[in-house]
Amino acid sequence: MARIPDLAALSKALRSPVTFSVLSGVVIGALFLIGTGADPLAAYGAVIAGSLGAEGIGSTLSTGTSVLGMALALAVPLRAGLINLGGDGQLVLGGIAAAVTGLYSPLPAPLTVVLALLAGMAAGAAYAALAALCENHFGVPLLVSSLLLSYPAASLASYLVRYPLKEPGSSLPQTRRLPEGVALPAFGSSTVTVGLLLVVLAAAAYWFTDSRTAIGYEIRMTGLNSRFTAYAGVERKGLTLRLMATSGALAGLVGAIGVLSFPYRFLDGALTAPGYTWTGLTAALLAAAAPLGTVLASFFFAVLQVGGLSMERTTEVPRELTQVLQAIVIVFLAARLRFPRRRKSTDREPVAQGEFA
Amino acid sequence: MFLDSDLLMSALRALTPILLAALGGALCERAGVFNIGLEGMMLVGCFTAVSTSWFTGSPWLGVLAAALAAAAYSLILAVGAVTLRGDAVVLGVAVNLLAVGLTSFLLRTVFGVQGTFDDPDLAGLPLVGGFSPLTYLAWAAVAVATVLLSRHVWGLRLRGVGEAPDAAATLGVSPVRYKYAAVLVSGVLCGLAGAQLALGNVTLFSENMTAGRGWIAVVAVMLGRALPLGVLLAALLFGLAEAAGFRLQGLGLPQQATDAAPYIVTLAALFLTTARRRGRTTRTTRSSGAAS
Repeated sequence: MARIPDLAALSKALRSPVTFSVLSGVVIGALFLIGTGADPLAAYGAVIAGSLGAEGIGSTLSTGTSVLGMALALAVPLRAGLINLGGDGQLVLGGIAAAVTGLYSPLPAPLTVVLALLAGMAAGAAYAALAALCENHFGVPLLVSSLLLSYPAASLASYLVRYPLKEPGSSLPQTRRLPEGVALPAFGSSTVTVGLLLVVLAAAAYWFTDSRTAIGYEIRMTGLNSRFTAYAGVERKGLTLRLMATSGALAGLVGAIGVLSFPYRFLDGALTAPGYTWTGLTAALLAAAAPLGTVLASFFFAVLQVGGLSMERTTEVPRELTQVLQAIVIVFLAARLRFPRRRKSTDREPVAQGEFA
Repeated sequence: MFLDSDLLMSALRALTPILLAALGGALCERAGVFNIGLEGMMLVGCFTAVSTSWFTGSPWLGVLAAALAAAAYSLILAVGAVTLRGDAVVLGVAVNLLAVGLTSFLLRTVFGVQGTFDDPDLAGLPLVGGFSPLTYLAWAAVAVATVLLSRHVWGLRLRGVGEAPDAAATLGVSPVRYKYAAVLVSGVLCGLAGAQLALGNVTLFSENMTAGRGWIAVVAVMLGRALPLGVLLAALLFGLAEAAGFRLQGLGLPQQATDAAPYIVTLAALFLTTARRRGRTTRTTRSSGAAS
């Protein structure tokens, strides 16, 4: 029921749920900006300039490293229709495992870095696998088991850095600084490290697995219709376990990268405070866990997150607005997920007003 | 004595917000809407309660406004999941994220502070017999929900809508109307839960102050099999774990161990109760399986 036939092409583009929800987010964000008395164009200009300009691009890429890593971690199970809500716990355990390895490994520094990355991945993978076992063997839904396990992991890490691993003499809940050389090499003087390459490699591996291998096909089909794949012989429990372990390994990798980058130590709350897990989940959801889409969505959200800071500096609008934008995008996207193709996007605009006015 | 009346009192205080939110979750579950947005609705309630109480000076108006605001906020889930048939799990996650962003944003624009708003002039709820009035309300709500669900025609229809929407529609019961009602009532209850948290348990607002209580409520719904009395028992378990945690902290256990206790106890309780009905896929697993 296209009401304006002349705009058929535009409406077709708008009918893509992703375009529509991103645009809605931007428009509603502009309304928020007008509401607080700021100029939306100036504010969005500051977001772009602050995140993609010469000053901000380094920060965007280092934030993007964590966001993309977590987005991949959450996309892998999401591709099969599983939601891992325990990203924070896996991230933190990965970080603490990397910190312990980095501090106590007797190996030469470069090998220690590799070992610390592997330890972080192993810790995250094991913890995520535990959540999968809860679903497989105890019937606790993955959504709940992964989330409930996340809190004790954060508490454990918090305990470790306050007591046994605490830096002597420091007032902060943090470990000692990693030994000289136990760090991921940075590009030039920027904060961007080799960690970016690692997550990009992970994204490439995910793309390859997803589009070129049998297991990738099984995962996608499970996401589309798990009953069909169960009938076709895909073993659900084993798949859940493997996907969650991979997911946790990626989250653990992000934690390890975080510890092996500036400030080269585990500081309580530093890994989880920026909300990479939730931003990553948002990006994965926006892209429906498709590999390339996940990369693009992660970049988009990293731009928002970093640009939000410079928006706050220039327009005095709190940067929390970018968090609101992210959530609005997902609200719109989720509401459109099963919307019949025939209807037009204009049908839902009253909804938007009802929800946010 | 470890299990004394003080411990029970603090357990009862700790459980009130969870109980209110979980009752709302149970109604939604019964109506066939998987509501994991309880956390976000509660947080909206917290912020509205504190800001209304601050600007009007009346905590009662704060409670009222919290209930209304959270109900309005729950429309996102109702419209998204019921009318537009969106994925309730993704919508719930979005509702939670939006609440964190929105309340932090408003905290800074309205109060000009970051992190926590806390003022001696902020009026909290008075105590009646050691508890906030909302505690009594929560217990009354358990009774009302029990009677409503098991003895009243509305409850029968609500359950019918959840279990067999087509059959209900054939009999002239509108599934959409009942699902909306369930989600809106859960919004009201979460708003009250938020008010209790921000004007009863403490008198302040801080970013993300619900701290996972909404999720515990989601688990309480599962543990209690969406029965009001079951939900009450589950919330009681959590309240006891939290109160016992504080007590153990006094005995020298690190705070981090006691922080983690409620989650571990909840998980253990889930193990014990679900182990018996193994093999049966629960409704929630299926809805999370259809998420992408």
